Amino acid sequence: MALTGIQIFKMTPKKNCKECGCPTCMAFAMKVAQGALEISKCPYMSDEALAELSEATAPPMKTIKVGTGEGEYTLGGETVLFRHEKTFVSKTRYAVSICTCMDDAAVDAKIAELQKVDYDRIGERMHVEMVYVNYEEGADKDRYVEMVKKAAATGKTLILGCKDPEVAKAALEVCKDGKPVLNGATAANYAAMNDLAKEAGVVLGVCGADLNEIYDTVAALEKAGNKNLVIDATGSSVKEAYANAVQIRRAALKDQDRTFGYPTIVNTAAIAHGDRNLQQALASLFTVKYGSIVVMETLDYAEALPLFGLRQNVFTDPQKPMKVEPGIYALNGADENSLCLTTVDFALTYFVVSGELERSGVPCNLIISDAGGLSVLTAWAAGKLSSTSVATYIKENVEDKVKCRKLVIPGKVAVLKGDIEAKLPGWEVIVAPLEAVQLVKFLKDLTA
Amino acid sequence: MPFNQKPQKFNASINTVEIGCGDKAIKLGGECTFPFYTFDAPMENAPKIGVEVSDLGIASNIPGIQKFYEGASTIGEIAKKAETMEGADFVCLRLEGGDPNGEDKSIDELIEVVKEVAEAVTCPLVVEGCKNVEKDTELLPKVAEVLQGKNALVMSAREENYKAVGAAAGLAYNQKVGAESAVDINLAKQLNVVMTQLGVNGQDIVMNVGSAAVGYGFEYVVSTMDRIKGAALSQNDNMLQMPIITAVADEAWSVKEAMATEEDMPEWGPLEERGISMEVQTAAAVLASGSDAVILKHPQSVATISKMIKELM
Repeated sequence: MALTGIQIFKMTPKKNCKECGCPTCMAFAMKVAQGALEISKCPYMSDEALAELSEATAPPMKTIKVGTGEGEYTLGGETVLFRHEKTFVSKTRYAVSICTCMDDAAVDAKIAELQKVDYDRIGERMHVEMVYVNYEEGADKDRYVEMVKKAAATGKTLILGCKDPEVAKAALEVCKDGKPVLNGATAANYAAMNDLAKEAGVVLGVCGADLNEIYDTVAALEKAGNKNLVIDATGSSVKEAYANAVQIRRAALKDQDRTFGYPTIVNTAAIAHGDRNLQQALASLFTVKYGSIVVMETLDYAEALPLFGLRQNVFTDPQKPMKVEPGIYALNGADENSLCLTTVDFALTYFVVSGELERSGVPCNLIISDAGGLSVLTAWAAGKLSSTSVATYIKENVEDKVKCRKLVIPGKVAVLKGDIEAKLPGWEVIVAPLEAVQLVKFLKDLTA
Repeated sequence: MPFNQKPQKFNASINTVEIGCGDKAIKLGGECTFPFYTFDAPMENAPKIGVEVSDLGIASNIPGIQKFYEGASTIGEIAKKAETMEGADFVCLRLEGGDPNGEDKSIDELIEVVKEVAEAVTCPLVVEGCKNVEKDTELLPKVAEVLQGKNALVMSAREENYKAVGAAAGLAYNQKVGAESAVDINLAKQLNVVMTQLGVNGQDIVMNVGSAAVGYGFEYVVSTMDRIKGAALSQNDNMLQMPIITAVADEAWSVKEAMATEEDMPEWGPLEERGISMEVQTAAAVLASGSDAVILKHPQSVATISKMIKELM
């Protein structure tokens, strides 16, 4: 909980030395409580007081790292419940699950399948980031360890869904270097699991029958000195999973309850077993509302394309526009003789325009130059899209690659036509319609 | 020490708007919490699902949709079939054939379609125009007239034509009015303000605040809806307390992921699967952001979203 000025005042030396710049220790304490001054401005604070204060002013939700190397992911660290209040910082990560309840052939097939999705979307690599290896009580330990080995061989970050300390120990032996999550601490086994997680240096996942049990187990683990945790919010039904995920996040951020200040796992494979469509609906739901890791039984291209697009949207910083890389995008099998069109690098503009151009079926080169990630009119008003910027980009990057000398410019900046023609001798500049939806008809008429 | 649960109570709620008549009538809105926060307070009415049909018939190249409507040839038969879809609460008729840049059907022709559908179905009816402002300005008042007594939702009045559409649907013929804006909280509010100034009862308005398919600027959709629900509940802003309806099918099935053929994109797999995924995930995301009703197209999407809503209630 945040400390009041009075509570901070009690920890000051109370000598009113003025070295911090405040007339009295009381005034200093009040400013610290408001966040206007750092506690370290006081040269006479005791170490205990500093420790207690840094604890009190720590972020409401911990940042937890899992995996290693390229597979290292940051979870949590959120400060707001709604992205418009500031921004979300740590993307939801997706895991595909395999289970001891599947036969070997099914496991192998699943492992092969989950590696298929791998593509780029606006400069971001999209792929299944994690594998959830589930151990069902009573299954064969050696077989589980073999499954863990196979999953680890994919290079993906693992989540071990295992509540049996003995089995977990054996599994950790073969994969702990990859910094997996050990998801399996309960009210009954947390002491043993805690030792395992600490010894292996991995993040521990906390499960429980309801929020109270989870809360108590987290508190007990914190007391035992482990704050490297994630919380399994899954519960026994869709309704419970949603209630848990929302309430855990809200308690941490809105009510400053630090015990719930951890990232969450939601396992849709457990609450919508065998229902692929419901699982993808839930993956979408928990991407919007507070799942740090979402586990699914499958994640093929059909499911991945919308899901990764959604995530890329939701986790953008509202203050920073999404941009695409400047360059020449050849659409519909365009070559060097195909028509050239240009627009700005704002991702939304690019998507709408390229979508319409693809719909037209007309081969064309879409030329994107750097316009600061702004939309057409904003970029023009800010001077980021001008006859000079377009002409310079085309001279430096396009003229030696494309033979066509026809350039279509956005209808909203028709005013640039004359200037661009003056600066680009040999080019014919054509003005496009005002809206992207009119491009299909426009292009068909133009090339007819 | 157990978890200290702190429910978020608001002293405001979203308006309840009833559409349709008789025992199949549905209620949109009414909630006093964020979407599906049933742990704070019960959600008055579950979000509803509409099935989209078009005056152009089954133009779809999607096998699952074609199969579902097999045997239905007239628009009346199609609409009748649509209302039997598992999980469907209402039918949404889109008069896209009216578009002057498309088929450019005459208004009389379209009104005949509306009549036929209205006679065929017993569930509540939502009618959408052709998106061309001039045409809709003429068309939608006539739609409102011909549907008298059906308590239909007429979509949509926009900034450019709210006077004609709002006056006809909301004042003259006692229908419910859809207020359409483009993913911006201020535009949405402004339209509600001018419509109520015109005399339309705020309790008869349903907002269509615009949407996008996930991946296509969807962050604006999330934030617009988050902010509208936030203002409606925590600030008791009665110009933003209208329930929200979102036309998902139209957005979801017109992006590259749901249109590129399998020949063009072999690694992506079957087109139908991709379209369903896009529709299901977009619908789930708008519901999570506060939509009170979604309009979908594919039977599997309708069944899936219906199941999700039931599980969450």
